[in-house]
Amino acid sequence: MFELANPKRFMDVSGIALPWLAASAAVLIAVALGLGLFLSPPDYQQGDTVRIMFVHVPAAWIAMMAYGLMAAASIVGLVNRHPLADLAAKSAAPLGALFTALALITGSLWGKPMWGAFWVWDARLTSFLILFFLYLGYIALWNAIEDDVRAARAAAVLALVGAVDVVIVKFSVDWWNTLHQGESIFRSSGPLIAPVFLWPLLLMAFGYTFLFLTLWLVRIRTEILTRRCRTLLARETAR
Amino acid sequence: MTQFFAMGGYAAFVWPAYGVSFAGLAIAIGLTWRSYAKAKALMGKLEKGGDS
Repeated sequence: MFELANPKRFMDVSGIALPWLAASAAVLIAVALGLGLFLSPPDYQQGDTVRIMFVHVPAAWIAMMAYGLMAAASIVGLVNRHPLADLAAKSAAPLGALFTALALITGSLWGKPMWGAFWVWDARLTSFLILFFLYLGYIALWNAIEDDVRAARAAAVLALVGAVDVVIVKFSVDWWNTLHQGESIFRSSGPLIAPVFLWPLLLMAFGYTFLFLTLWLVRIRTEILTRRCRTLLARETAR
Repeated sequence: MTQFFAMGGYAAFVWPAYGVSFAGLAIAIGLTWRSYAKAKALMGKLEKGGDS
């Protein structure tokens, strides 16, 4: 993994991977949309609102995965003092914030017809809203500190402290009596939902994952290029 | 067709959910791509030894 952590090598490998990741994302999302909107039936209880699940659940998964990746990169940044890890963490945050917002919005659009309310302060929803604010705080912290090394360190500490919230989000439906339904996919006894709903959900989740990875890599590349530009400019001014 | 768009009476919730999701993703793709293109352009200029 640390061989990849050389920016030059990262640029080479990500350059090769990007077209494949982007194409996989497009195909998976297109197929999932076809299955989810046309081929799957309305649910016997939720009616057609079940289709909201196909964009809600993947967004929520990516929101949490992005935070996990951001926290992992933050540890590497703190421990190994590797600048590429700092850039990887920084680049994940805006994407994580977006997917968190999408999960919150699509969730409330499902909550209104099914629960009768756009929002309830149950443990799952509240901890997920906190996840959104953690992302915003993380981004604000990066922007507030001018020195990159210090900004990276402060932001990494925030990311790690905030990681507790991801654990709370995950287990909130078990620890408290939430209005939000419990885990129905990753169960030791197998998923609880019918295959006709599971397929569009999983394909959309993979599509979202590949799309996230594509955007994440492009953002890291942008950060590397921007830093290189800054070094070149500084050298020119010094001359 | 009309039946499809009606979404069993839940059109007002299903379509905005899809609309917001894909608009959000499209904006993210657009912004990410724009800043990448900008960085690449600046890099190209600097590597040529431009006097910017």
